[in-house]
Amino acid sequence: MALLEIRNIVRRFGDFTAVDGVSMTIEAGEFFTLLGPSGCGKTTLLRMIAGFDSPQSGEMLLDGKDLASIAPEKRPIHTVFQSYALFPHMTVAENIAFPLRMRKAGKDEINERVRQSLEDVRLADRGGRYPGELSGGQRQRVALARALVNRPRLLLLDEPLAALDMKLREQMQLELINLQKEVGITFIYVTHDQTEALALSHRIAVMNGGKVEQLDEPSRIYDSPKNRFVADFIGTCNLIDAEVSVAGEEKMVLRIRGLGEVAARNPGASCGVEGILALRPEKVRIGAQLAPGPDENHFKGRVHDFLYMGDVTVYIVEVGDGVHIEALLPNSAAGRPRILAVGDPVEISWRYDAGTFLDG
Amino acid sequence: MSKKLLAVSGIAVYAFLYLPLVVVVAYSFNNSKLNAEWVGFTWHWYRVLLSDDTMLKAAGNSLLIALTASLASTVLGTMAGYALYRYKLKLLPVLVMAPLAIPEILVGVSLLIFFVAINLTLGLLSIMLSHIAFCVGFVAIVVRSRLSGMDESLPEAARDLGATPFQAFRLVTLPLIAPGIIAGALLAFTLSIDDFVITFFTAGVGASTLPLQIYSMIKIAVTPEVNAISTLLMLLTLFLIVVASRLSPDSIRGR
Amino acid sequence: MAKNFGKWLISGPPVLYLVVFFVIPTCIMVLASFRYAGEYGGLAPVLLHDASGAHLNLTLESYQEFFSDFIYSWLFIKTLIYALVTTFFCLLMAYPLALLIARSASKYRDLLVLLVILPFWSNFLIRIYAWMILLGPQSAFSAALNGFLGIFGVGPVRLLFTPFAVVLCLIYVQLPFMVLPLYANLEKHDPALLDAAQDLGANGWQRFWRVTFPLSLPGIYAGIALVFVPVLGIFAVPDILGGTRGIMIGNLIKQEFLEARDWPFGSALSIMLTIGAMIIVGGAALVAGRRGKGNV
Repeated sequence: MALLEIRNIVRRFGDFTAVDGVSMTIEAGEFFTLLGPSGCGKTTLLRMIAGFDSPQSGEMLLDGKDLASIAPEKRPIHTVFQSYALFPHMTVAENIAFPLRMRKAGKDEINERVRQSLEDVRLADRGGRYPGELSGGQRQRVALARALVNRPRLLLLDEPLAALDMKLREQMQLELINLQKEVGITFIYVTHDQTEALALSHRIAVMNGGKVEQLDEPSRIYDSPKNRFVADFIGTCNLIDAEVSVAGEEKMVLRIRGLGEVAARNPGASCGVEGILALRPEKVRIGAQLAPGPDENHFKGRVHDFLYMGDVTVYIVEVGDGVHIEALLPNSAAGRPRILAVGDPVEISWRYDAGTFLDG
Repeated sequence: MSKKLLAVSGIAVYAFLYLPLVVVVAYSFNNSKLNAEWVGFTWHWYRVLLSDDTMLKAAGNSLLIALTASLASTVLGTMAGYALYRYKLKLLPVLVMAPLAIPEILVGVSLLIFFVAINLTLGLLSIMLSHIAFCVGFVAIVVRSRLSGMDESLPEAARDLGATPFQAFRLVTLPLIAPGIIAGALLAFTLSIDDFVITFFTAGVGASTLPLQIYSMIKIAVTPEVNAISTLLMLLTLFLIVVASRLSPDSIRGR
Repeated sequence: MAKNFGKWLISGPPVLYLVVFFVIPTCIMVLASFRYAGEYGGLAPVLLHDASGAHLNLTLESYQEFFSDFIYSWLFIKTLIYALVTTFFCLLMAYPLALLIARSASKYRDLLVLLVILPFWSNFLIRIYAWMILLGPQSAFSAALNGFLGIFGVGPVRLLFTPFAVVLCLIYVQLPFMVLPLYANLEKHDPALLDAAQDLGANGWQRFWRVTFPLSLPGIYAGIALVFVPVLGIFAVPDILGGTRGIMIGNLIKQEFLEARDWPFGSALSIMLTIGAMIIVGGAALVAGRRGKGNV
């Protein structure tokens, strides 16, 4: 049985629909992420799971039991808030002890669990401090410890790393992955940062406008985006308008205006349908001269522009009649003589199954 | 606007604000019945003050009224402040703020008619009830502003971690707004001690408060005894305000 | 369900108290303005019982009296003028002070604001009494002024018990109410705006008039509201300092209630005062709102 079942949840605010018939199941022990831009409904959904908001229709079942009638303080679900929400008038130890106190645990148990908790997040000597005296990263760890000390069935994290700077964020991401593996508690993580989602999660639900666009493992979301929104939101992607010219079983031929015919993987579309060719830049080979294989699309063009990014260079190549395609070239690629300049003639090619056809 | 010109005009206004008070305090030590020339330093008027029974009775009344009024209005005002913050009721802000926005004389006069209409003899009780009516609004504003400054996610986090709504209020919200509540109480106390207009209409012949005593002294027989009581009152208020502003700086400034 | 119960439990008591001790008295006062005066002062009963049953004992007498004699309207107009003059000078004096505090280094600001508030926290009557001393004929200030005027052959001027004394004291008493909202507004101004204006060629006066002043308008309106309306109803200041020439509508209301004991008339005056204040404030808000919408 799934740990948390969400069925057709709808939440409206006036005439604005924040969550529009969302359903999903979350398995025990997984690191599950709700990913999407601001306003997509991910935080609203999280708050409903925590109990601070109620859906207008639909239901949520935790371990098979309907959550609707259970008040937030009675749910075995704890939240790490975006602002951490550490009680400023209590010490770190008192903060962590709080949920145990609410559960009316014995004094010895509280002391032991708090001590263990502080050790787990490497703040053993900071128990007597107040939150105001800690750094951002330390406060974040206290918030985590406080939410985990009670061993809840489910931990909700609302963009917990948003306030940290880049370096610290990367460090915390690794810590979070390890922590989740260690304690084995199911995490539901909310973020708008797609790289973070891809790095941390077992599964991701990409949300937009109150709906789930795609729910899958990170690699499948990246490689096989279901529609334009997902393709665009996750990583960078070439999105080129195309029409299905020939629809084979596995392979298809797309007609692209200004470019001609391009082979792609057929996800099941039929002839004549209009849509988009989705192609990741890192899958496009680029060079002054290329020897394309039999399964590859190959075009000649000119460098229109480029962006040097340190580890890679992104080239925007103009092919055909004004069609721009991005290609990624690592700057440490073996045997590459120099960076291509604007206006240089180049060739690009990619395997036919690197490109997917999307309905739009 | 040149910095110097601004500073000079600013200082001039400060001088304007303080000069009259300095004069009052200074003449309270003047060895003369008239507030005219400086004759010599003396404690005489303070001694007269301390043996003036009517004045002492009035001071006692003022204290009693202020204590009860501030207690009651703090309780009611905290509830109102919390309601203003939490529940977006449309009429509540109007109801709570109205006694503060309209001229005091109207409040005083309507309360006079009211007390007579319900056959309540004018005296200490009528004064107390009136003071509570206008102090509630001030306390509500102070408490509300303190609540707005509080991080909303804190009581939510408490509930998330297992606290009932009442526990969340008692263990998290209340300690965080306590300075505001105390500041509100001090504010109510000061307003009550100082109030003249509303007390004037609702006191009847039964009771006298310090401001009413001062008023009759000013109108009938002016002696530097008035200066003496004024100085003492100023010191008391100064003390209360400094304490209140330490506890909740923003709310006092908002006044 | 529980949520609604909590709502009424928390807001109930204060609402109840204010309804009983504010709303109902106000309603009673409105009713009172239509009643006859009682035999020994106060109010006559609302219902008269006689042979034919109960009649409503109401009248428009008080309002007729108000409109019949111009002296009452004149008193209103006079009060209005005092209020306008007071508000104007308060604004004039408060603005530089508020600007000074807002432009000072932040560590001094709290102290400077406290210094403005402190005199305000002394008793209201004391502040009026202080001016009684300062403007009295024996005070050093009076003596100096009269000495100065004497040079030009102008006779000794009496300062106390004049409209001048009333307005001066009104300004004094209301000044902090103008300073605080102005300061609250000015403090929030982004200094970068003035830098930008200067960068684009504006001199000192232009920066003030075209950037600071328009942005401070909400603060000015708030200050005016806090000064103008209370002044309309004030009676203590003219009562102590005004003598016979400086009285305001508040004095008349007090007189009607406590001395003449013509409560219906006093109530009618109070109602007229409230309506007048609401019209003026409402009208000003409308004008301000319309101007605000037209601005870029």
